[in-house]
Amino acid sequence: TARKAVVFFEVEILDAKTKDKLCFLDKVGKILPSFSLYWYPARQSIRLDPKGKSLKDEDVLQHLPVGTTATFYFRDLGAQISWVTVFLTEYAGPLLIYLMFYFRVPFIYVPKYDFTTSKHWVVHLACMCHSFHYVKRLLETLFVHRFSHGTMPLRNIFKNCTYYWGFAAWMAYYINHPLYTPPTYGEQQIRLALTVFLFCQIGNFSIHIALRNLRPPGSKTRKIPYPTKNPFTWIFLLVSCPNYTYELGSWLGFTLMTQCLPVAAFTLVGFIQMTVWAKGKHRSYLKEFRDYPTLRSPILPFIL
Amino acid sequence: MASGEEDGTVEEKETNNKKRTKGAIATAWLTFYNIAMTAGWLVLAVAMVRYYLQKGTHKGLYRNIARTLKFFQTFALLEVGHCAIGIVRTSVIVTGVQVCSRIFMVWFVTNSIRQNEESVILFVVVWTITEITRYSFYTFNLLNHLPYFIKWARYNMFIVMYPLGVIGELLTIHASLPYVRRSGMYSLRLPNKYNVSFDYYYFLIIVMLSYIPLFPQLYFHMLRQRRRVLHGEIVVEKDE
Repeated sequence: TARKAVVFFEVEILDAKTKDKLCFLDKVGKILPSFSLYWYPARQSIRLDPKGKSLKDEDVLQHLPVGTTATFYFRDLGAQISWVTVFLTEYAGPLLIYLMFYFRVPFIYVPKYDFTTSKHWVVHLACMCHSFHYVKRLLETLFVHRFSHGTMPLRNIFKNCTYYWGFAAWMAYYINHPLYTPPTYGEQQIRLALTVFLFCQIGNFSIHIALRNLRPPGSKTRKIPYPTKNPFTWIFLLVSCPNYTYELGSWLGFTLMTQCLPVAAFTLVGFIQMTVWAKGKHRSYLKEFRDYPTLRSPILPFIL
Repeated sequence: MASGEEDGTVEEKETNNKKRTKGAIATAWLTFYNIAMTAGWLVLAVAMVRYYLQKGTHKGLYRNIARTLKFFQTFALLEVGHCAIGIVRTSVIVTGVQVCSRIFMVWFVTNSIRQNEESVILFVVVWTITEITRYSFYTFNLLNHLPYFIKWARYNMFIVMYPLGVIGELLTIHASLPYVRRSGMYSLRLPNKYNVSFDYYYFLIIVMLSYIPLFPQLYFHMLRQRRRVLHGEIVVEKDE
């Protein structure tokens, strides 16, 4: 049998900032090994150009545009934490914190109100909606979402938890306060708000399922999402990121239901952040797919 | 194609010309702005000295110059805009924090609360000296004729002025606390239909506490700039 010609590469790895030679490998076969235990793989960013994009785990040395001596640049991404861990922590917090205020745990309100319940039925409804929202998010994190990145920088968990937990405490304090004032237009307002909230919760869930079904298990392929048989997904005709649209709708519903300014503030800040994300996603869709539908806006149909 | 190339270079020249005109307009505006601000704070300094010489006391001095101070200090909001549109190379956040803290003092602390005049005079004097130095530094820089003593003043006086100003501001806020508590000003109590509350007294305490993380950051930012500017100069001299 003829001997197969095996191509060997020489590989040098330089630090992206200082250009110091970190390691030199000769006679590298087809696989590039991770070269240190401290810089575990999730933390390593290896790229062909110091300021370029990272190579993916699946990239094969032979198929990269390098000669027989390949120069790679290494960047330390910092301590990493998995997305799943971050999501579970940032969502479990608001769930539990809100319940602490709802049950009027001691040291929050005046002692005579400890462990009492609010006399307004909208407060009980709000607790159910808020809790349902975060339980839904936790379950989606565990069973629905397929993450394209495994990890994110560790400092994100502190930033994200401060945001979610802080706002949850701020709004829960007022909604469950003994001096809470129910909505001005009473039952009409609450009923409308609940309808909007539930509609958007179902919509948001439908979008998450649709996005999950775009991607077969274990793969990291990217496709254009399209409307399915589920009417809640028909909004894909007008919007790139309808999950954010529905999320905004849910929180508008909750604001209307509780008529609480901190909730409005949380809705506004969330809306700004989601708009930034939606615009980025929309831009990357346009870049990646030449046949991307032109009628779609990032987050609000025809507006934004 | 030959004509295509020509179009390309003509376009390039047009964009370069546009950039140059934009740069010239920006420089002209910034020069005018910095001259105006230098003049404004000089007017304030003169007014303060005149008052003290005429009356022999600092009592009532603040009320006398309050309107002029508010005018020129509020005008400084434009500087945040300069950073935002990029004609000044400083972080929007750093400038924003500095200008906002000044505006807050002048409109929400001294504006509404009669108080201990000594601490107010302290920070107003510090601000005046600092701003005259800063704005004349920018002006001369833009005119490309920077006397060394102005550069020296800008990058050395803050070492003493900054902490003195902070002391004056903190003492002033602290002195206003009893009055704020008694009057319940700027505060919103429960119950109300927006289901939110705001206690200006605790807000002021939080503002005072925020000096602890913020002041060192701004101070070390200036120290780093100082090392870069003055240290850089020394290296050049050695080469010559």
